[in-house]
Amino acid sequence: MSEDIKLTKLASCAGCGAKVGAGTLVKLLQDLPVLQDERLIVGYDKSDDASVYQLDENTAIVQTLDFFPPIVDDPRLFGQIAACNAFSDVYAMGGEPKLALNIMTVSKEMSQDDVHEILRGGYEKAAEAGAIIAGGHTIEDVEPKYGLSVTGFVHPKRVLTNAGARAGDRLILTKPLGVGILTTAAKADLVDQELLEKLYRQMATLNRVARDCMVQFEVHSCTDVTGFGLLGHGYEMAAGSEKTIHIRMDSIPYHKEAYEMADMGFVPAGAYRNRTYAEAHVRFEKETPLPLQDILFDPQTSGGLLIAVAQSDAEALLEMLLEKSVEAAIIGYVAEEEDVAIVIE
Amino acid sequence: MIDARGRSCPEPVIMIKKAMTTKESSYEMLVDNRVSVENVTRFAKHEGYAITVEEQGDDFLLHMTR
Repeated sequence: MSEDIKLTKLASCAGCGAKVGAGTLVKLLQDLPVLQDERLIVGYDKSDDASVYQLDENTAIVQTLDFFPPIVDDPRLFGQIAACNAFSDVYAMGGEPKLALNIMTVSKEMSQDDVHEILRGGYEKAAEAGAIIAGGHTIEDVEPKYGLSVTGFVHPKRVLTNAGARAGDRLILTKPLGVGILTTAAKADLVDQELLEKLYRQMATLNRVARDCMVQFEVHSCTDVTGFGLLGHGYEMAAGSEKTIHIRMDSIPYHKEAYEMADMGFVPAGAYRNRTYAEAHVRFEKETPLPLQDILFDPQTSGGLLIAVAQSDAEALLEMLLEKSVEAAIIGYVAEEEDVAIVIE
Repeated sequence: MIDARGRSCPEPVIMIKKAMTTKESSYEMLVDNRVSVENVTRFAKHEGYAITVEEQGDDFLLHMTR
C-alpha cells in the first residue's frame, strides 16, 4: 500500500456501521412494485440475509450482496473481511456459496497495488469458501468500497431463515461482540496491537465452519449478526418467528476491552441507530450498565451466526463448534411470544 | 470553546479527550449531532465531569464542569 494514504481515512463510515438503519430501510422499500413468484421462498418481507429461489425439488439458489468502505488500512485484510462478510449471508441461510462477483469503487488516491491487494484478499477468501469469483464491476468514487454479490445453493427444505425458531430452542452465537466499538476506538489509537490483530482475525474468519457444523443438527433458524447488532438481528429473528428470545447477559461472549471503550464514548453511530430501531422491543430485567447495552447494540462487521437449535442438540452443536475453534457460546433460549420480542436476563 | 461541528464519531470524543489532558475545571464544546452529544457525554462522565446539554438551533452546546 502507499505510505501516505490510509485506506480508512478515505472512508466516512466504518464497515457495517455504514449500513442504512433497519427502520429507514423498511420505509425505503415500501410500495415498490415487486413481482410475485411462488418459487421465491425467501424475499425481503421477513428481513432475511439473502433471497432464496427454488429451482427444482432439490435445489434452491441463494443470492446476496454486501459491500462497505475500508474498516482497516491493510488493503488485503480489508478485501478478506469484506468477502467474509458477503459470504456470511449465504452461510446464515444454511447454504454453500458457489459463485461471486466483485463490486468495487476505487478513489483516485488509491494506488493500483492497493486495489490489487483488496481483490487478492477477496479472492483468497472465495477460494477458502470454495466459491469462484467470475467477474464484477468497478467504478470511481470519492470513497473506496469493496464487497461481493454471492450466489450459493441450498436444499429448499433446509433453508434457514429468521422465521422458524421454536419455543425451547437454545441460541448459539459464534463470534464475540464488540467489534464496532473497538474499531471506533482504534481510530483514536486506544486499542493495542495484540487485540487489534485478534479482531482482524475474527473479522477475516468465514462463517463456513460454523455453518458446516450447524447443518448437521436440528437447527430451526439462523441469521448472521452484522450491522444491526445482536439485538437488531435478534429482534428480526424473534419477530420473524413470532417468538420471544431470552438472552442471558452474563453468557454473552464479548471482547472485555469494548466495555471501557463504550464507557468512554467510542460508540459507533450505528449502535445508536440500532438502539432506536430495536429498543422498544427489548426489556432489561436487571439494571444493565450502558456500556453493556452498547455492546448488545454494537454493529458487527463480519460477525458470527446466531443459531436457534433444538434444545436436545444444543450441547452437541456447541461442543462441535468449540472443538473446531469457533468461539461459540449458548447465550439464551427461545420462548413463546411475550409482550416484548427480547428479554435480557 | 471547542467547535466540533461537522465532525462525526469518534472525532469529537478524540478532541475532548485531547483537551481534557490539561484537566481544566470546565469545558465547552459545540457539536451538531446527537451521536456526538451521547458520546461526549459518556467521555465527560468517565473523566468525572458533570455535563449539561443546551440545544442551539441545530447544534448542541455542551457544558462540562467538575
